[in-house]
This record gives sequence, structure tokens and C-alpha cells, in this order.
Amino acid sequence: MLKTFKIGGVHPEENKFSADQPAEVLDFSKQVIIPLSQSLGAPSKAIVEKGDLIKVGQLIAKGESFISSNIHSSVSGKVLKVDQVLDQSGYRRPAIFINVDGDEWIEGIDRSSEIKKEITLTKEEIVKKVHELGIVGLGGATFPSHVKLMVPEGKKAEVLIINGVECEPYLTADHRLMLENGEEVLIGTSILMKGLGVNRAIIGIENNKTDAIANLAKLALNFDGIEIETLKVQYPQGGEKQLIDTVINRQVPSGKLPIEVGAVVNNVGTAFAVYEAVQKNKPLIERTVTVTGKGVSKPGNYKVRIGTSINTLIEKVGGLPENTGKIVSGGPMMGKALNSIDVPVVKGTSGVLLFEEEEARRIEPTNCIRCGKCITVCPMGLEPVLIAQYAESEMWEEVEAERAMDCIECGSCQYTCPAARPLLDYIRLGKFKVGQIIRIRSKK
Amino acid sequence: MNDIIIYSVISLSLIGIIAAIILHLVAQKFKVIEDPRIDEVEEILPAANCGGCGFPGCRNFSEALVKSAHDKKTIEGLNCPVGGNDVMAIAAELLGLAAEEKEPLIAVIRCSGSHANAPKKVHYDGPATCAFAHNLSSGESGCPYGCLGCGDCVAACDFDAIYMDKTTGLPVVKDNCVACGACVIACPRDIIELRNRGKKDRKIFVSCINEEKGGVARKNCRVACIGCSKCFNVCSFDAITMNNNLAYIDYEKCKLCRKCVVECPTHAIHELNFPARKEKKVEVEKTVESKKVADNAAEIKK
Amino acid sequence: MNLLTVSGSPHVHGDNSTKKIMYGVAFAMIPTLLVSVYFFGLDAIRVTLLSVFACMLFEWIIQKYLIKGPVTITDGSAIISGILLAFNVPSNIPTWIIIIGAFVTIGIAKMSFGGLGKNPFNPALVGRVFLLISFPVQMTSWPKPSALFNSLADAVTGPTPLGHLKEELKVGRTVQDILENGTSWTVDGINYIYKIPDYMDQLMGNLGGSLGEISALALILGGIYMLMRKIISWHIPVSFIGSVIIFTGILWVVNPDIYVNPGFHLITGGLMLGAIFMATDMVSSPMSFKGQLIFGLGCGVLTVIIRIWGAYPEGVSFAILIMNAFVPLINRSIKPKRFGEVAR
Repeated sequence: MLKTFKIGGVHPEENKFSADQPAEVLDFSKQVIIPLSQSLGAPSKAIVEKGDLIKVGQLIAKGESFISSNIHSSVSGKVLKVDQVLDQSGYRRPAIFINVDGDEWIEGIDRSSEIKKEITLTKEEIVKKVHELGIVGLGGATFPSHVKLMVPEGKKAEVLIINGVECEPYLTADHRLMLENGEEVLIGTSILMKGLGVNRAIIGIENNKTDAIANLAKLALNFDGIEIETLKVQYPQGGEKQLIDTVINRQVPSGKLPIEVGAVVNNVGTAFAVYEAVQKNKPLIERTVTVTGKGVSKPGNYKVRIGTSINTLIEKVGGLPENTGKIVSGGPMMGKALNSIDVPVVKGTSGVLLFEEEEARRIEPTNCIRCGKCITVCPMGLEPVLIAQYAESEMWEEVEAERAMDCIECGSCQYTCPAARPLLDYIRLGKFKVGQIIRIRSKK
Repeated sequence: MNDIIIYSVISLSLIGIIAAIILHLVAQKFKVIEDPRIDEVEEILPAANCGGCGFPGCRNFSEALVKSAHDKKTIEGLNCPVGGNDVMAIAAELLGLAAEEKEPLIAVIRCSGSHANAPKKVHYDGPATCAFAHNLSSGESGCPYGCLGCGDCVAACDFDAIYMDKTTGLPVVKDNCVACGACVIACPRDIIELRNRGKKDRKIFVSCINEEKGGVARKNCRVACIGCSKCFNVCSFDAITMNNNLAYIDYEKCKLCRKCVVECPTHAIHELNFPARKEKKVEVEKTVESKKVADNAAEIKK
Repeated sequence: MNLLTVSGSPHVHGDNSTKKIMYGVAFAMIPTLLVSVYFFGLDAIRVTLLSVFACMLFEWIIQKYLIKGPVTITDGSAIISGILLAFNVPSNIPTWIIIIGAFVTIGIAKMSFGGLGKNPFNPALVGRVFLLISFPVQMTSWPKPSALFNSLADAVTGPTPLGHLKEELKVGRTVQDILENGTSWTVDGINYIYKIPDYMDQLMGNLGGSLGEISALALILGGIYMLMRKIISWHIPVSFIGSVIIFTGILWVVNPDIYVNPGFHLITGGLMLGAIFMATDMVSSPMSFKGQLIFGLGCGVLTVIIRIWGAYPEGVSFAILIMNAFVPLINRSIKPKRFGEVAR
């Protein structure tokens, strides 16, 4: 029996159309728009002005608070303006507009394809490098990586877990990365281990990526302390808390961070980015994005410079199909529906999904039949139906008492609901309101 | 047989008497002495328990009134918007004080982004609550300040004083609005404002709260305030302030001269309940839709 | 291009739907229906069709003219209520009683609470109990099962095994005596003999009773289908039937003369129908697995108490209805195990 997490979970249709498409480097477009809020935490502050000439890899925005990250230019050219742009949140937020001119890189970045295996930097230097070069978690939540590497006092990291689960249907970016850049991922893992001061790392991969498992298992023989763990296909196994439960059988207590049980989780994409930053001095200016959908003629994986318009990506896969009804950034379970096609790719963009008109519209909700299926599938052991009902009736104290803040918004409840009720929508609303109430309370 | 009846009557009566004694003793012991004026004041309040006064219900408000009258000898700052000046005058009389006259207020919708003025750019699919739609994205029209049209304000209204106009997709405030402020709190975008009712219900206000730059705002909505300051320049009473590309008319200073209304290039400034202009015909674009709105409003009034 | 849709995640939906669940349950009832047609003839078809039709009609009338809301009679819930109601009445019941039953089922037990998903009690059971209390004679004269399509004139009524046992135990006979020798009595000079059928007949359904409760085998078949389709979970049937077995087993061990063995309890009467189709009704049963186990346990214990010490020979319907009333309490007090509750 393959391992999986203990509570709940669903198994949506996988639809990994682009699994055998090698990641292709996408030519950068004429203009890139680099949003200033690309990671969890405070937005970064722009340090360039209109008219500045910049090169690839140059720092253009600084993360000033502890939980925020630096942003580097992904192209060379001239800053057109610093202005608001409609980003993935559906709102207009500040961004740096750059007109591309050539492809001139700043000094010190090793652009060769040669693999550098030897880790020369010390623990502190690694953390500093990860911080400076703007590495964030590439699994989707974009949590600044240097924060994860700094273990708070009194806690001890015992094991590093690398998330190669990619439990979201459709997405194949991490899969391709593990296949094509397996060695780099493993070196990145070793670097993270050194940065954390642990001597054990486990890479968890779901059983639907057998070729990636085989590739990494073969390569891992040359690395000390790295194990490859094959996991049962189950959503949301890629969730941090679920993955820890799966791999080392420990449950992170409510409201606590993984370090509480001695674990630190990083995505394979992050491990790769860490490798590039530490060994090659290359900031996070590029990521792999899956572009797919049932109506897409040539689904594929692309290495894209941050700030490229999603429109460019869609043109690459054969243009927007006629009957497109919804564009989603990220996976179908947790991704964000976009308001417009002209939205830039950011560090957290793992995929672009094009849904056809019929798939895009939701099924008309009917009465709840109290079947309890949402309770059965909730990976956090919550009662989604209750939280949603309380939120619908604006009973915020009850929403909080039902531990809505534990919800990881994986969407399993809404996915499985036979009455197609918008459970997660109401839970999100409840979380938002409860969050406000908690903030007001803590101020008092 | 007779015995049974007699015994049951006796035992039940005994239980009744003992219970009555206990109840009486408990009532004596836990008696709360209340100012009788609280009941009297509560009696004259509207009993809508709407919370417009800032208290959870009418009882709490009357307690607050009596307490304030007792402690501070004034009821300043306490006002029942629903009852208005009449009720407050009676309440003050009961408490032996004088009530201050308050201008009656009414809720005003500061958005004109109807389906025609701010066409849909995306389709929102989800629960019909503005609170969630606001969290999700900037809305169907793309204007991050505009009305989302899901009707949280309508749901919040206890007085049936606001309704959703199907043709425009915007809420409309009816004349029976009591300015309790429930809709103001319900609106996640703070579009609704309580404004002076004005003489003969006449009001002038900027029907937009978009703080974006003119071009951007205009792209999403035909009738957005673009922050051109024309109204600001034409106002001779200093009633208009410009802040973040947005004009705001202070209703306490506004003298209802209507100069700004004519001046506004995007027709973002609205006038309500004024007689039609005769001599100087203003080029106010009357779309079919706005006529429908007027018709609807007239119908509701009837 | 069409307008893009913006909505919260998730953007995909599983293939679950209320309709699928409801029609799945209806499908699972087919074996039972066939058995009852085999033993009770055309009357079984008459009762079932009538009940389903009346239930759908009442739902349509109420939704269309009283509530003036959307009409949802095609979602299958009215069909299930109709079949279940028919399963709970004898096959020779007059048409007008079925229609009254359907009205109570849909009009009172379901729609007055707000329709599908809002009813605290199982609608078909409310209808059945209403009929049982209002028309005890018609509801408890069971036609003897006979071969397929027997002419209706020949139908003779007889008792159910449970009812018979209870009556005879009252006059002081032992269980063994009743089971082995049967009973004979004389009315108007004609001798009647009734012997409780043996276990094989009971399992197949060759015994007196309501339409749907006679064949334990067919009911179990339906239950297995629903388990495989994941329409129901095992928790309620297992804890319901299990608690009946344990409770009656203890009593049987204590005194086999007055308490019949658990096997008899298991396959006679409405236990199987109740445990598989009635108690597992999603709307009126608890939502969490733990709650379902408690619910089943309560149903089982109450059933045995009513069967052995109560006034009625059969207690499944009452037991389920009583436990239905406890469901909100169970839902409130039994919480699923939260993630991370037991750290390390």
C-alpha cells in the first residue's frame, strides 16, 4: 500500500495532457509587466524609475519587511513606467512596465548549462543568497523561501520534505522539471539541507509520475541523505500539512507552522530555483508554466520570464480557442480565474488553464441533502457544510468556533458536493470576516 | 374512584401553592429596580430594532437615553434616525430635556455603473453576495470601486426601502428610507452614503467614488468621475473637495445651485427631485434606460 | 469571444449529483420490488405506481402553486419517498389510503419543512406511521404471499411472523412451541392453521408483511449495490443490524423460552428495509461517520425494545423516527477528528 494522508481527500480526473511535452523556452515579448506584489506578505518597493535602463537580473524592487521578497528584472530594456496593472488578484495593483531591448544580462550570472555540483557556500551565505535573489515558494503560495530557512529559536528542523506531488490535475510543470532537471533539483535539495542544517531529505512524488520517480531515484544514489518516496495519487497531497502527514506521519497542530513537528517543506521548483541562485547566482526571473486545457490544440510546458503576458503563452499553444469560457491561473482546484487575458505571469503562476464554455459555468446549486460527503473528504477534518451555512447566515462566532481558519481552501468539499453548493466560496467569506474580527480583537 | 379525584386535586393544588411561594420568593430576591422611564421611552420608540442609533435594539437605546439624561443631563449625541425629530422630541420631553433638531438623512447610492454605462467585461459565477464578489475580483464591469449588484444592501434593509433595479443592476433607494445605516455597513465598497435629505428632498451629489486616474476610470465606466476639477472650479460655496482624482460635495455647504451638474463632462454629478430646466436646455444624454429608471421610480412612489 | 467567467476555485466539479444519488437508490430498490411483485402479484405494482405517482403529483402541486418556486420533481427524491411508502404498506391496501399517505409523506413531512434536504424526519416513515395510527385495520391485515399473478379474490390475510409470535407469547406459550407447532384456531366452524415459515422462506420473502420488507435477500442485494456506488456508507446498516443482533442475542441467551433468537429478528419484519433504505436516508441521518454509528445503535436498541416490550409487534419505523429527532443533537455534539488534534 502506497502512503497517503489520513483524513479525507478526493481523486479528481487527472487530465495531465502535457506530461510528455518537454519544457520549451519561450521567447520574451516586447513588453513585460512585473507586478510588485509577487509573494506572500508585504508588496515590494520599486527602486527603479521611469526611463531607467536595466539589465536582466538587476534588482528592481526590494522587499522591505521580513516576509516579503526582492524582485529582479527578467529582461533588459527601459522602464516605461511604474503604474497600476490588472493582475491575477482581479484588482489593479502597482507594477513595473519594461520595454524590452535586447537580452543583456548583468555581470556574475553563470548562464552555462554546466551542472555545478559542489556546494561551496556556508549555511549563512546560502540563506543570504536565497533572500537576496528573491526566491519564493513556487508551489503556488509564494511564501518567501529565506523565511522557511531561518528556523526560529527553540525549534529544530529534523527533516526537509521536497514536494514533487503536483496533486493538482492538468499541471505538469513540476513533473517536467523533475524529468529534465533532476540533478539540479537534487543539488538544490542538498543546498536547502545545508541551509537548514538537516541531514535527511525526502522527495515525495505521486505514483502517476513513474518516469520522474525512476529518474530521481537513479540520480539520488549519488546524493547523501536524499530519499525518494512514492505516494498514492490523492488530492490535496501537495498541501504542506497533508504532505508532512503522508511522509513522516506527523500532524501539524492547528494554527502552527510545519517546523512545530520538525519539518520544512519546499517545492521541487523552489529547489531548482535555489540551485540556480546559489550555484549560478541567477535570481528568480523565470519559471516553468503549464499551458493546457481540453480545447487547447497543443498543450505544453514553457520556461517563461516573469512578467510575460499570459496572452503570449496562449498564442504559443495555438491561440485562444473560440469557445473559451474561463482562464485560470494555477490548477483547477485552487487556481484563480482571471478577469482578463492580459495578465502577467508572476512567480506563483504554475499553470494557465483554458476552460471551454460548458466547463466554465458552474452547475446550478440545489438544496443541501446533508449527505455529509464534504465532511468525509475534508482533509482537515472540518465540517464544510456547517461553516458554509454559518457564513451564509453571517454567524461569524460560529464560523470561528468550527475552526474555519484551519481550512486550506483545497476545494475538495465543493468538488464533491452532489448539490453543487458553493461551499468554499462561503467558507472563504467566513475566513475573511473571521480574520477581520481576529485582527480587531488582537488590537484591543 | 372518588378518592383518586380528591387526592389528585389536593396534590396538584399543593404543588401549585408551593411553586407559587417559591416563585414569589425568588422574584423578591432577584428583583431588579429599573427606572420606569426606560419603559416609557421604549414605548414611544419605533420598535424596529434596526440598530440605526448604534445600539443593538430599541430597549438598549432607551436605556442609554435614560442613563445619559440621568448622568449628564443631556441626550446630545443620541439620535433615533428612524423616529426622527418627532420621536426624539417626545423622548426628550419624557426625560425633561430639550431635543436638538437634526436634519433628516437619507441613503444615497454613489455609483451609476449600470449595465449600459459600465458594460460587463466578465461573468461572475458564484453566490449572490457582494461581500464574496468583492473579495474575488474587481467585479463584472472591471471598476474596483463600483457597485457589484448582488444586493447585500437590499438584504440588509429592514424597512424595504431599497430595491434592485433589474434593468440597471443598481440598487435604488425609496422615499421611505429612514437612514438607519444598515446598508452603509453592508456595502463592502462603501458606495452608500447617508446624506442630508435637503429641502423638498433635493440633493446634489457625485455619483461615483472611483479614485483611479480619469482615463482608467472612464475605460470601465462612461459616467465615472475623472477628477477633472471642473465642478471644483465652478463651485462658489467651497462645497466641493478634490481628493485622489475624485470630487466630493459636502452636503452641509452645498447650496443646491446646480452649477456643477451642468459642468460635469461625464454626468457623474446627479441632481435629484429638481424641477426640469426650461430656459437653458442642458445636453443631458437621456438614454432609454435612464427613462426606464425614472418610470420605475415613479411606479414605486405610487 | 464570450465573456470570461470569474468564480472562486475549485473550477472543476466531480461527477456526484443529487439526481445520480436519488436514481441510484431507486435502482437499488428494483430487486425488492420484483420480489414483492412475485409474491403479491399485480397489487404490488398497483400500490407502488400509485404511491410514486401521488407523491410526485403532490410535490408538483405544492411547488408550483403553493411555494411558486422551481419545480424539482425530477430530482428523484419524490420517487424514492413514493417507493418507500409503498414498501411500507400491505399490498391489499385501498387506493384512497395510499393517496392520503402520499399527501402526508410529501405535503406534511417534506414540503412543509422546506422540501428536499430540510425535513428532519424520513418522509416515507412519517407517512407510514400516520397511516398505521389512523387506519390500523387496513395497515395490519397482511395478504398471504402466493405465486405470481394469483387472482385477487383468493387472497387470504394472515399475520406477520413477528405479530403472530407476540400474540402467542402473550398467552404463555414458549417460543419453541410456537415456531415448531404453529397455531390453529376455529372461526365459524372453519379451521385455520398458521405456522411461521422456515428461515429459507423468510429469507426469500415467502411470508406475510408489507410490500418491501418480506425479502431480506433482495434488500441486502440493493444495499450492496448502494455500498458499491458509495451512495451509502456501511456505518448505519452495520451498527443498526449489529446492535439488534447483540441485544436480542443477550436476551435469547438469558431466556430462550420467551425471547426468540436473533436470526429470527434479523430477517423478519422491517429491519432490513429500515436499516438499508430508511435509516440511511441522507437527509434525516447524521453527517459524520461517528454520528452514524451512534444513530444506528440507537435505532437498533429502540427497535428491540419496541418489538419485545412495546405495544406494537414491529418497532423499526418508530425507532428510526425517534432517532431522526436526535440527529441535530448528534450532529452538534459529534465532531469529526480534526487534523492535527493529536500532535505527534
